[in-house]
Amino acid sequence: MKRWRCPRANKLGIYAVAFFAFLHLPLLTLAIFSFNSSRFTVWNHFSLVWYRAIFSDPQLLEGAWNSTVIALISTALSTLIGTLCAYALWKRGSRLVTGALYLSLVTPEIVTGISLLALFQWSFRWLGLQLGMYTVILAHVAFSLAYVVIVVSARLRTVSPALEEAAMDLGATEWEAFVHVMLPALVPGIVAAALLALTVSFDDYVITSMVAGVDSQTLPMVFYAMARRGASPVINAISALITAFFGVLIVVSERISSRDPAGDLLRQ
Amino acid sequence: MKLRSWFLVPAWFWLAALFAAPFAIILSYSFLSRGVYGGIELPWTWESYTRLFDPLYLGIFLHSAILAAGATLLCLLLAFPAALFISRTRRHKYLYLQLVMLPFWTSFLVRTYAWLFLLRDTGLINTALQAVGITHSPLPLLYNNGAVLLGLVYGYLPFMVLPIYATLERLDPTLLEAAADLGARPWAALFRVVVPLSRPGIAAGCILVFIPCLGAYLTPDLLGGGRIVLVGNLVQNQFTTSRDWPFGSAVSLVLMALVTLALWRYLRRQGEILV
Repeated sequence: MKRWRCPRANKLGIYAVAFFAFLHLPLLTLAIFSFNSSRFTVWNHFSLVWYRAIFSDPQLLEGAWNSTVIALISTALSTLIGTLCAYALWKRGSRLVTGALYLSLVTPEIVTGISLLALFQWSFRWLGLQLGMYTVILAHVAFSLAYVVIVVSARLRTVSPALEEAAMDLGATEWEAFVHVMLPALVPGIVAAALLALTVSFDDYVITSMVAGVDSQTLPMVFYAMARRGASPVINAISALITAFFGVLIVVSERISSRDPAGDLLRQ
Repeated sequence: MKLRSWFLVPAWFWLAALFAAPFAIILSYSFLSRGVYGGIELPWTWESYTRLFDPLYLGIFLHSAILAAGATLLCLLLAFPAALFISRTRRHKYLYLQLVMLPFWTSFLVRTYAWLFLLRDTGLINTALQAVGITHSPLPLLYNNGAVLLGLVYGYLPFMVLPIYATLERLDPTLLEAAADLGARPWAALFRVVVPLSRPGIAAGCILVFIPCLGAYLTPDLLGGGRIVLVGNLVQNQFTTSRDWPFGSAVSLVLMALVTLALWRYLRRQGEILV
C-alpha cells in the first residue's frame, strides 16, 4: 500500500511560515513601533511618550469609559436574553426566531446601523428623546444576540436531555431543573458567549457610529476619527493596548473553557 | 404558560423591535419621496428603485461585486495550502489553529488600521524600499483598489481557512492511498481527490468571505480614503451627507436581497445551516 505524500511537503511548510507571518506581522510591527520615540517609521529609541499621550487625551479616555460601560451593559443583556432563547430553542425549535437570528448575522453592518438609526429617529417623534448611550446599548444587544445564541446552543448540543428529565422525575419543577441542573451545565458556554459579545461590542465602529449621540462617543469612534486623518504613533499605541486587552480576554476564555466542571458527567 | 414560552419572550421582543421594525421602516422609506431638507415625505413612489439603474449606481454595485469576488478568490488561493498544512501536521496542530483563530479575537478596526500604517507614504514598506534603494519616491500604495482588496483579504482570511480545514480534517486517508495505489501522482491526487472532496469547506469559506466583503464599509472607507465608493459607502453617504433617506433605504434593501440570495443559494446546495 502506497502512502499519499502531499506534493512538496517541505515547501508547504515554508508557505505556512509565510502565511502566518502575513497574518500576524502587521500587528506585531504596529506594536513595536508604538514604542518608537520618533514620529517616523525609522527606529530611534525606546520610549513610552505615545502611551503617555493617550492618558492625557480626554477624548480618548472618555471614549474608553463609554465603550466599557456600553460593552458591559449590552453584554449582560444579550447574554441573559440569548441564553434563555438558546434554551427555549433547544426545547423546541422555532424557524422564525432561528431564521431572524441568522439573517441578523449576515446583514451588512452598515445596513443594520442605518435601519436602527431610522427606527430610533422614527420613534423619537413621539417620545421626544435623542440619540445617546442607551441607543448604542440597544444596537449592541441587537447585533450581539445571534452570537450568544449560537455559542450557547453549541454547548446545549453536548448536554443530554435525560439530565433534565431525571431532575424532574426526582421531583424538581421545570424552573428548578433549569436553575440547578441546566444552568451549571451551561456555564462554560455562557461565559464564552459573554466574552464574544464583549469583544464584538467593544470593537464595533460601523453600527455604533450611526446610532451614537454627542455624549456617547466610543473608543472605536475616536480611534476611527484619528485614523481617518492618517496613521500616527498615538494610534499605534492605542492599537497595542486594545490588542493586549483582547489578548487578556482570550486567555481568560481559554482558562474557563478548559476548566469544565463535571463536564464529562453531563454528556450522553 | 410553559417555561419555554416565558424564555422566548425577550427574544420575541428583540425580533419585533430590533429586527422586524427597523426592516419595516426601511422598506416603507424606500417607497417614499425625499423631503426638501432631508427626511421623508409623501407621496409613495418607485423612484428610488428606478434611480438604481443609473449607470453610476450600477457601476458601484459592479465594483463592489468584483472586489468581493476578487477578495474571495484570493482568500481561497491563500487559505487552501495553509489549511492543507494544518491538517497534515501532527505536532502543534492546536497551536496553528489558535494562530488562525487569533485575528477573530483581535480588533477588526486595529487590523485594518495596521495596513494604513504599513502602506502610507512614510510607512514601513515605502521607507524600507527607499532605504534599500529600489525606489526613490514613495509608491502610492494606499487609497486605491489594491489597498482595499488587501484589507478585505486580510480581514476575512481566517473565515476561509477554518471551514476548509474542517473538511480536510475529516477526509478519509484511505481514499488517498487508493489514489496512490492506482497510480495517481501526488499533484493529480491533490487536484482530483483532495480538492473535490473539500468542496463543502470551500463553498462555506467562500460564502463566509463574500457576504461581508460585498457589504463592506469600514475597509473601503479607511484604506480607500473616500476615493473608493462601494455599496456600503453609498448607503452611509445617503444617510449622512446626501440626506436622501429613501434612496439610501432602497440601496440597503437591494444589498440585503443580494446577500440573502447568495446565502439562500448556498444553503439550498449544501442543505445544512452554517456554524
